[in-house]
Amino acid sequence: MNLPAKNKESSPNVVEMKGITKEFPGVLAADHVDFSLRKGEIHALLGENGAGKSTLMNILTGLYKQDYGDIFVNGIRRVFSSPNQAIAAGIGMVHQHFMLVPTQTVTENVLLGLDEPKFHLNLKKYDLRIKQLGEQMGLPIEPTTKIWQLSVGEQQRVELIKMLYRGAEILILDEPTAVLAPSEIEAFFQTLRKMTEQGKSIIFITHKLHEVLQIADRLTIMRRGKVTASGVDPTGMAINDLAKLMVGREIAFEIHKKEVKPGQVVLTTTDLECLNDKGLPALRGINLHICAGEIVGLAGVAGNGQRELADVLTGLRKVTRGQIKVNGNDITNRDPKNIIENGVSHIPEDRHHVGSSPNLSITDNVIMKNYVKKPIAQGLTVNQKASEKYAANLRNTYEILSPSIHTPVRLLSGGNLQKVILAREISGQPGIMIAMQPTRGLDVGAIEGVQKLILKQQEEGAGILLVSEELEELLSLSDRIYVIFEGKIMGEVTDRDVDKIGMMMTGTPLDQINFTAGGNHV
Amino acid sequence: MSKSNSNIFTRYRITFEPRLTEIKWWQSLFISVSALVFALIIGAIILKVVGGDPWRAYTHIAKASFGDIGVFSDTMVKAIPLMLVGLASVVAFKMKLWNIGTEGQFYLGAFGASMVVLLPILPEDSPQWLFIMVMVIFGITFGAMWGFIPGYLKVKYNVNEIISTLMMNYIAVKWNDFFIYAVWSEGGFQYSKVFPKNAWLPRLTDYSQYIPELRGLTTHMGLIFALVAVVIVWFILYRSRWGYEIRLIGDNPKAANYAGIKIKKNIIYVMMLSGGLAGLAGMSEITGVVHRLQGAISPGYGYTGIIVAWLAKLNPFLVVIVSILFGALILAGREIQPSGVPKLIQGIILVSLIASDYLVRNRIRVIRKIEG
Repeated sequence: MNLPAKNKESSPNVVEMKGITKEFPGVLAADHVDFSLRKGEIHALLGENGAGKSTLMNILTGLYKQDYGDIFVNGIRRVFSSPNQAIAAGIGMVHQHFMLVPTQTVTENVLLGLDEPKFHLNLKKYDLRIKQLGEQMGLPIEPTTKIWQLSVGEQQRVELIKMLYRGAEILILDEPTAVLAPSEIEAFFQTLRKMTEQGKSIIFITHKLHEVLQIADRLTIMRRGKVTASGVDPTGMAINDLAKLMVGREIAFEIHKKEVKPGQVVLTTTDLECLNDKGLPALRGINLHICAGEIVGLAGVAGNGQRELADVLTGLRKVTRGQIKVNGNDITNRDPKNIIENGVSHIPEDRHHVGSSPNLSITDNVIMKNYVKKPIAQGLTVNQKASEKYAANLRNTYEILSPSIHTPVRLLSGGNLQKVILAREISGQPGIMIAMQPTRGLDVGAIEGVQKLILKQQEEGAGILLVSEELEELLSLSDRIYVIFEGKIMGEVTDRDVDKIGMMMTGTPLDQINFTAGGNHV
Repeated sequence: MSKSNSNIFTRYRITFEPRLTEIKWWQSLFISVSALVFALIIGAIILKVVGGDPWRAYTHIAKASFGDIGVFSDTMVKAIPLMLVGLASVVAFKMKLWNIGTEGQFYLGAFGASMVVLLPILPEDSPQWLFIMVMVIFGITFGAMWGFIPGYLKVKYNVNEIISTLMMNYIAVKWNDFFIYAVWSEGGFQYSKVFPKNAWLPRLTDYSQYIPELRGLTTHMGLIFALVAVVIVWFILYRSRWGYEIRLIGDNPKAANYAGIKIKKNIIYVMMLSGGLAGLAGMSEITGVVHRLQGAISPGYGYTGIIVAWLAKLNPFLVVIVSILFGALILAGREIQPSGVPKLIQGIILVSLIASDYLVRNRIRVIRKIEG
């Protein structure tokens, strides 16, 4: 990989942005930003949420227009006033949220919006063309499949093919790995490399620092609308260095975790089984326990039953077999209200669609679980003064950045929204907390804040089940780690042995690992 | 001079961008009023093109509905059922429960109130206060019952409430027809006997012996019901625990479920509250205006109420203002019926106000183009 990277240094710039400035009311989203992309390179664009990455890319793709500055594509000055003009110039963007029609086939989705075919849909001809294009670029896909039948990773391929079919030479990928399972990421990176070998140039927007080191030829870092590192070669750079450039201060990756002595068992499950949304078995006999003052990690590749387990523990999904006990009480198949009353709090995976109510204010969002309790509840009414005081208090304590407590939460950034949810869940002083991917999609600064809050909960004696796909996070926060695979617990790790976890995540139960490991030692 | 003027258009560009902050209330009001003015101008242009005199048409409409205390009173009479039915829609829509059945619930409310006299529940010489009280209870209960059925079907069998409430409107009308044709028919005509005076809602004109200025004013006690209902609905939605649940479910049912709120229970309760309000509208119309059970007691109040709720942006207080506006247009419609002008204006206002919502969500920006 190093050799072609060296060659790219002499490659011509396909994109040059000079002195790009864009002001939104009250915010200088881009402040004299220079950016260049060489032919055939993967250029990572890093930055916290709101650093100006998206603004810059939206300008490049014609969604926004810069106030000042010039864009050159292949040396020619361009002014894009619509995304179509950008695509015509060979610039295509794949957004984080796919824009595909689920009931139509791959080919139909690729052709959508194009002038050709004009009237008669000779799909067979196009099926073949798309299949060939996919193979050439390392994106194997069956063109006649309907989108809803595809996995997320395959859907992403369709989005890429869509852009390539439109003649995109420059691809902008907005956090492409956020939707992928860890196992899919390596394959995805290989695809990217194959595309650059074919002469495509790629801008890769991401939060995940280790990915940058793994894939990028060069990187540009933005902070508060300004470039803090421009076109740097990441070889030899450490994650800490990158983080510093992104947030402008040292991020403590070393988490200061206090020793907490685990207390009584607060949650147990026995032989827990349930079905997934498609009616297929999702959990197949889960046995686990959590003690007070303990963070228990749940590791596993996405889609192995983690979501279903969290749903079942919080009453959002029915158990088909087995039992859940909280502090000795059987709460199996109780409704969510009852489980909340039993002191189980839940940080849901989907903070927009489950964890919050977008058009309601911060106040209305933080009282979601205690509006039936005094002092928020006053008889059958909601005490406005008490709830506003409560919300203002949480807003200060948890440093939720917003114009006021009346701001609808849809206007908050991901990190601040997560703080609203955490504030609500923690302030209920739960005995048990089920935290699903609490830091996913957040920027480095916000991740640190969320992790600190979780640790503080532990110190105060809560038993926490932490579900995460970031192994590093699990290792640094958890006291014990269970590994889940296809709805079963493969085993439990207390010594942070990554190799063991890796093997269990891919389906080897712990007792088999111990057997072979033991054999080697002797 | 002319050169620099023409340059304004080439040097500046107008774009719309999504608003990133909440809109202020006065901006919202300004947008709505502008949309109203815009609609009236468009209406004027159309009237002019077809050879009419827009100024005369508008002044006529204004006079016919707001010209003097007498016609204003008539406007209020039309506005009362719209307020109550509008509130019924607000309550349901706030939870994204699409109750299209307020028309039918209105009829059932009217039926329930009539029952008190016609069955009879109370003897004819009962005191007026007792009549009103019992009729209100019956009106609300029957409307609520009619709302309960689609609510129950939705909860139990997942029946789409849009279809079931709409279909139940037809049943309600025919239900009423059956009674006025067969059971309570007055001498073979398709209406019941006139209610005794003490079963009428008091009207302003009833007090003309004390205050002569009130003579002929038919605004009835239903207005008080409507205004009280406005305050109650506002209180329920924005101050009560139940209202909090309604708003949370309406905005994000998944979050509500996650917070332990029982959605099914709320579907039934909200359908009953919505139906009850529409039933109260029917009761007040039958005892305040019609004074007998007959066919065609509603010129589509239920459906207009949906529009009223929507134009009021589901705000209970705005329902009052929008209802008066629509009451005026209904009244003016009767005045200059053949031209169909009020219907036309009603339509343009509706489209214009709904389109103006775009400006609530987006803002206009004038951007200076870069030189060169």
